Amino acid sequence: MTSSSGPGSSKTRHILGRFRQTAVSLLAVFIFTTLVLYLAGAPPFAAYYHIFMGSLGSWIKFSHVIKAWIPLTLCACGLLYTFRIGLWNIGIEGQVMMGAVFATALLRTGVEDGSPAISFFLAFLAAIMGGAIWAAIAGWLKTRGNVHEIFAGLGMNFVAQGIILWLIFGPWKRPGVASMSGTELFPDNLWLFYLPDLRLSPIGLTMALAALGVTTLMLRYTRIGLNLKAIGANPRAAVLFGLKPGQYMLLAMAFAGGFAGLAGAFQVTGVYHRLIPSISSNYGYLALMVVMLANFNIWLVPVVALFFAGLNVGSIQLPIVLQVDSSLAGVIQGALVLTVLAAHGFHGWRKQSQIKTLSEGAVPNA
Amino acid sequence: MTDYRLIGRSPNRFYLMQIDLKNIHKHYGSIRANDGISLIIRPGSIHGILGENGAGKSTLMKILTGFARKTSGSTLIDDQPVDIDTPAIAAQYKIGMLHQEPLDFTALSVLDNFMIGQISGVYQKKETYQVELMETSAQLGFELDPDVQVHRLTVGERQQLEILRLLALNTRVLILDEPTTGISRNQKDILFTGLKALAGAGKSVILVSHKLEDVIALCDEVTVMRQGKVSGRMTAPFHTDRLLKMMFGTLPSPPVHRPANPGKVAIALDQVTATGGRAGLENCSAMIHEGEIVGLAGLEGSGQGVFLRVAAGLKRPIRGKITFKGEMLNGTGYYGFKKRGGAFIPASRIEEGLIPGLTITEHFCLNEKQGSFFTVWRAALKRAKECIAQFNIKGRPAIDAAALSGGNQQRLLLSLLPLNPTVLLLENPTRGLDLGSAHWVWRHLQEHAARGTAIVFSSSELDEILMVADRTIVFYNGTVVTDIPAHKADADTLGRAVAGGERPQ
Repeated sequence: MTSSSGPGSSKTRHILGRFRQTAVSLLAVFIFTTLVLYLAGAPPFAAYYHIFMGSLGSWIKFSHVIKAWIPLTLCACGLLYTFRIGLWNIGIEGQVMMGAVFATALLRTGVEDGSPAISFFLAFLAAIMGGAIWAAIAGWLKTRGNVHEIFAGLGMNFVAQGIILWLIFGPWKRPGVASMSGTELFPDNLWLFYLPDLRLSPIGLTMALAALGVTTLMLRYTRIGLNLKAIGANPRAAVLFGLKPGQYMLLAMAFAGGFAGLAGAFQVTGVYHRLIPSISSNYGYLALMVVMLANFNIWLVPVVALFFAGLNVGSIQLPIVLQVDSSLAGVIQGALVLTVLAAHGFHGWRKQSQIKTLSEGAVPNA
Repeated sequence: MTDYRLIGRSPNRFYLMQIDLKNIHKHYGSIRANDGISLIIRPGSIHGILGENGAGKSTLMKILTGFARKTSGSTLIDDQPVDIDTPAIAAQYKIGMLHQEPLDFTALSVLDNFMIGQISGVYQKKETYQVELMETSAQLGFELDPDVQVHRLTVGERQQLEILRLLALNTRVLILDEPTTGISRNQKDILFTGLKALAGAGKSVILVSHKLEDVIALCDEVTVMRQGKVSGRMTAPFHTDRLLKMMFGTLPSPPVHRPANPGKVAIALDQVTATGGRAGLENCSAMIHEGEIVGLAGLEGSGQGVFLRVAAGLKRPIRGKITFKGEMLNGTGYYGFKKRGGAFIPASRIEEGLIPGLTITEHFCLNEKQGSFFTVWRAALKRAKECIAQFNIKGRPAIDAAALSGGNQQRLLLSLLPLNPTVLLLENPTRGLDLGSAHWVWRHLQEHAARGTAIVFSSSELDEILMVADRTIVFYNGTVVTDIPAHKADADTLGRAVAGGERPQ
């Protein structure tokens, strides 16, 4: 066989191609949201200006963006494991909620007298467990009960939401009142430490960065990462290589659930300082979009997550400044989701035709 | 007399069409899949495109049918240059292709499949189509029940259906890609008679094949391809040795049958019943010894496939016992089979054997012992390079396994086997491989057998079984009809047993 241009150059081209795909998707998102804004009667470029200023206008605003970026990145890291083995972990939303519930439960059970550091450590550990267990149930339903993971996950999301509401209105209600605003605030010493000027939690940031590092390592340099990829690409052949797809599916779900649980714990300890009904802030669903838009590439995940976090935070101000209906922010996000899905479908289609071309180009026998 | 009804219902039904391919190039990166191919397909003739795997035959046909675009060159239909850029354009020019895997809807009936692509409007009179189906079918000597669901048909019957469907669409140039793979001898005879009738009625038929006997039996004219180029042309009557020389350059040496030296029982099935295939498997008992090569013969879906999968632990039997060197294997699954030194290679290499999207190196990494936490890429790459050299795999370590040709995929699968497996089960190990690759595969498998590996393989080619098997087990309709040693087996005896004829003594 004649050798083609060096592997280095083709690899560079490959990576550039991936970035281009993401850029094209972002452009599509941009065009579509412009259209939505225009139709809603909001001046699109003023709206973008406010979104930009609302997210990057000051260090405080940027730290708000980072606050959203942390759980989004944590969830996205977890989803990389499940996507790699070919599972749609829609249940990530519920896994964030259960992480929040487990963390809250631990922080409520008389740890005030102990050292906060140990409390946080235990709370995070409990959250990882909570998320992982919740995910493992969906995984178990999938591998043992033959329930599709999307339906199992969706069902588990409703159950998790129900549990949170029951806790807030029942066992964990504030003395005297039970209200939608959530449980009682934690004492000050159980608020996750943050830099006072920036309202930025270095611990949360470290967790997100560590999650990115660990996930890169796991997926690229460990057998587990390779095995997940193999099973995702061809479960039948993976069996012939001696792998047990069921076990690895459970493992991938547990990893995803663990990271999601950690995101939930951050929401409780670092953002809201109590359990509220909407504790997950839809970051789980949003993370699905992040990973897809990043084309399942871990290097792009933090960038895309930042984009989504910025949009999320920046659009909060739109109703106030532009006098548009407050549902517009939701509409923009919905439009985003649709565009990402469409772009994803388009890429999937393109990729398939590329694979076809590749197999057509089978190396001829000499 | 020529039967013009076969040409179809179009107004210009007597239109004959000539295709001219001129200096076709198709490059994939640095690989020249087609390197200046020119040929003429005359109406009313059967044109063979002969060549080993990867010679560029399929690429050429993809260009002709709009599935791939040529890098350069021109296609002329009746001296008019045309651009066949999509399959839809090919269909407009009435060029139809019968793919190796029939492109049909298995959940629908024969008649429904026949109607797909022809129907328009809201109300359909099924009877009209049924009459048409039955008439054309009878003219070509096919026997199809219009109400049967397609998944109940054999590959050969599905081909017949696909041909009828293409004819109903007024196809004037019919391309067949390796049509005799996986069909019985009888079905092949029917197919060939039908194709000759079509050519007689003015259609052009293109037969893409690596099987010399098919080309000789059917074609009027042959273009031989080798390494992306035309290596020779010949019109009937053909000269076998010269065709072989055009195909391969030098002739590959066939594997030599060596006397078996069976040892202890390696794997045994005792009164096993299982579902699957068309007929399942019923009360099957067999013993396979170390160092023995056992061929499983039978029509497709007669039980050989289920036999292999039950023995490998991939399929759970309803009843019966499977023992591996005397140890019970039931319930341990493929993991138990693999742990004890068994290996299974499926017929569909890229669908079930290899992992598309993973490189050759990644396959070797996956194949190593799952001991360490981290992947050892350096060792895997070294092993990949060694095996590429040793097994003569045409591909770099970083190439996606899906991009390998069929023969190279099989070489990769063989290179992934453990050094000394106790039992080796193979499903159609040389399906779709050219003679050279097939012989290479068998010489390699014989080395395994000489080291004491028990080899069981299924094959739809009796010639292959007669060539290499020490013993042949013939399946018919889910049961073992005969178990016969090599010195008693001949094509006639086996052929009759396969077809369900009388039981040989």
